[in-house]
Amino acid sequence: MASRVPAEADTFPKLLVRNARSFGERPAMRHKDLGIWQTLTWAQLLDDVRAYAVGLHRLGLRRGDTMAIVGANRPRLYASVMAAQVLGAVPVPVYADAVADELSYVLAHAEVRFAAVEDQEQVDKILSVSDRLPELETMVYDERRGLRDYDHARLRAMEDVIADGLKALADDPKLGAWIDDEIAAGKGSDTSIILYTSGTTGQSKGVVLSAERCIGASSDTVAFDKLTERDEALAYLPLAWVGDHYLNYAQGLVAGFCMACPESGDTAMADLREIGPTFFFAPPRTFEQMLTRVMIRMEDASFLKRRLFHYFIGVARRYGEAILNKQDVSLRGRLLYWLGNVLIYAPLKNVLGLSRVRVAYTAGEAIGPDLFSFYRSLGLNLKQLYGQTEAFLYLTAQPDGQIHADTVGPALPNVDLRIADNGEVQFKSPGMFVSYFKDDAKTRETMTPDGYVKTGDAGFFDGKTGHLKIIDRAKDVGKLKDGTLFPPKYIENKLKFYPNVREVVAYGDSRDFVAVMINIDLAAVGSWAERNNVVYGSYQELAGHPMVYDMIQKNIEETNRSLAEDKVTAGAQVRRFLILHKELDADDGEVTRTQKVRRGFVAERYAPLITALYDGSSEADISTEVTFEDGRKGVLSARVKIRDVATVPPPALGKAA
Amino acid sequence: MRAPADIDISAGETILSIENVSLSFGGVRAIRDVSFDIKKGEVRAIIGPNGAGKTSMLNVINGFYHPQQGRITFKGQARAKMQPHDAARGGIARTFQNVALFKGMSALDNIMAGRTLKMKRGFLWQLLRVGPALNEEIAHRHRVEEIIDFLEIQAIRKVPVARLPYGLQKRVELGRALAMEPDLLLLDEPMAGMNLEEKEDMSRFIIDVNDHFGTTIALIEHDMGVVMDLSDRVVVLDHGVKIADGTPGEVKSNQNVIDAYLGVAH
Repeated sequence: MASRVPAEADTFPKLLVRNARSFGERPAMRHKDLGIWQTLTWAQLLDDVRAYAVGLHRLGLRRGDTMAIVGANRPRLYASVMAAQVLGAVPVPVYADAVADELSYVLAHAEVRFAAVEDQEQVDKILSVSDRLPELETMVYDERRGLRDYDHARLRAMEDVIADGLKALADDPKLGAWIDDEIAAGKGSDTSIILYTSGTTGQSKGVVLSAERCIGASSDTVAFDKLTERDEALAYLPLAWVGDHYLNYAQGLVAGFCMACPESGDTAMADLREIGPTFFFAPPRTFEQMLTRVMIRMEDASFLKRRLFHYFIGVARRYGEAILNKQDVSLRGRLLYWLGNVLIYAPLKNVLGLSRVRVAYTAGEAIGPDLFSFYRSLGLNLKQLYGQTEAFLYLTAQPDGQIHADTVGPALPNVDLRIADNGEVQFKSPGMFVSYFKDDAKTRETMTPDGYVKTGDAGFFDGKTGHLKIIDRAKDVGKLKDGTLFPPKYIENKLKFYPNVREVVAYGDSRDFVAVMINIDLAAVGSWAERNNVVYGSYQELAGHPMVYDMIQKNIEETNRSLAEDKVTAGAQVRRFLILHKELDADDGEVTRTQKVRRGFVAERYAPLITALYDGSSEADISTEVTFEDGRKGVLSARVKIRDVATVPPPALGKAA
Repeated sequence: MRAPADIDISAGETILSIENVSLSFGGVRAIRDVSFDIKKGEVRAIIGPNGAGKTSMLNVINGFYHPQQGRITFKGQARAKMQPHDAARGGIARTFQNVALFKGMSALDNIMAGRTLKMKRGFLWQLLRVGPALNEEIAHRHRVEEIIDFLEIQAIRKVPVARLPYGLQKRVELGRALAMEPDLLLLDEPMAGMNLEEKEDMSRFIIDVNDHFGTTIALIEHDMGVVMDLSDRVVVLDHGVKIADGTPGEVKSNQNVIDAYLGVAH
């Protein structure tokens, strides 16, 4: 399938020309204008991009310049990326919601001379920091609204730039040949794009990607998932994220499929339903929100519908995944599933906009096994992938039929993956980045002497399937006293998949064994208490209830059994746990505003509890200062019980291999 | 803050003039001998403490109340007793202090309702939805979609307005008024009950409406910051009497206004 790309199409503009020649009448992009979907064919897109490139050239954009792209997923912004690439300039997409400071850092660091932006909001943002951007010469904008009265010395509407280019092309017949030469002059080794990492770990870095590597990686996945020009995707992921550039832009140009741009950020889910894509990516959070919405609405449905729904969802749970994986299923199971599909699954997928999806991916964080199998049992081919910006998001993906909720699949074709001695995943791959822009020190730090890239993630290959499992950021992974690997987030995530568990903090680094502190989920445990006539007066009382302890203990023992299945994690089973008497709260500084636990701070604050976890006592007293919502402070005291948990002996070493 | 490139308001023609208008309900005198004018293309604010007669003034302009004395000239024509529907036909649209939408209808249908006066085909034609009636509806829908796009409410197009939060309902109401393509838009406390972010959004829409469509706007508002930022000229009422009239700067430093707001014994 990789042969679909002719050898000479080693840049994206060349692919654009190829697509316009081979299937010029097929849709390249769709967008909703005034409530109606408008289609742009590959031939039209090529004409627009050529005229746009001529217009930009007349404004002064030259080969090797950088051009910032700031805004939401709109056809003209994608066209801006293409037009820059036609001229051999380098597009630098920036997150549309970046605040002025972040924006100015990236724009200054990338030394952009041009910026293609969406609207007044972005123009204002850039103007507000223009004194820090001496290199910036010209901005072009897509949406005219509100910009009429601005000084247009350095500002142009994209529409006008394109019109100017069209006129120039019509006036000078030689210009058409010149632009074709420009396209032909592009080389595969040229920098195709610079993507800035989101910067969760310090200042964001500019990842330089070359055209041939981007195209190489996308060609392999297009073949892997058999994507063609008949497919369709909804381009709603942030333009500056590697996921959008790879899944939509690069794969779209390589396979020739159509990218549909949502009307606005808020309408993405409604647009999803109208477009009915065949290729779909969403982070686990989105899938969870979709499921929650369905469940809430089902609660309001009539009795009969509710019964039908739950009965057939049960059927799907029993047989759905097996049928999707093409395993043996009894005739009765197949018939019931067929009936369920007619009555429930197909209409449900239609409501969600997933009817036509052939391939769906999720990535970014761990997905709950229940959530994952729910969608798969409905017949949605949902899979996981793993990658990062430095790899052009292309490292592992699950092949059809080999799906496990807790792995991210085997290495993709032509990807060379290895696990370093410290557990870190390292790779050599077709989509591998060239360097960090203007940061050789960081580049050297990230590459190993033998040419592998360090991902910074710790992982291991699953003994049974050979698939990669990612456990944590490498720097967060610790070791128990006896040297056993201790991946805190991996253990915490496994426990958090239980609805009763809201938050977990795992300890074990440089200690004898793993112990956890648990926050129960008040909604879930509260509704369980109501159903089981458990009386409680407060969160604290419910958290300390022996039956709640029993329930959580069962969850942990189950987790231990699953940890024991792998020899890498078998030593990190949880030995002791306690349930905290209060919820971890951002107001108290225990979690960040984005709900990430601050492990170190919590350890300090609850030091007596941690001592008790490790000294064998069965309860401990704790009093902590709490901040109420109105800012007043008070002291909360409690006696917290600690329990031991049964562990499973690790499997014999020979068996695991 | 207005863009400097704005047209010179003071030189503009007067679209509406109010001369010596008085209005009373029985013994209560709501408006006493008030005169002011609204110029084409400006944002004119009417402010005052509670019970100053602001909404009554708007209702007089709108034709809902008929003043016992005084003269109202709209677009060069002095008018006698005018009904609200005549005002609407004449190019005056308004929004209400308390949202007055068709709760069960979608945002789209509510805004479409604002086009009713522009529909040429009768009720029966529209019922049949064929030929010219259909073409007309498509043309109107196009205009409505432009407004939806303008107000950035694409995501709630098909949502019944009763399910929308208050801030969005206000926006839909503004959309319905805009659908009439009015010459004069009356806004009765467009920011009431909104949080800071919603207020900022609404302010931007008001500026954009004025800028983009060139619509003349008269607005009543309590939030002084908003009034001072948005309006070109401000008229201040207190107990039905006009106590000040001028640019926001002039009004702010007017002693009568300060007294009225801080409360001096009357």
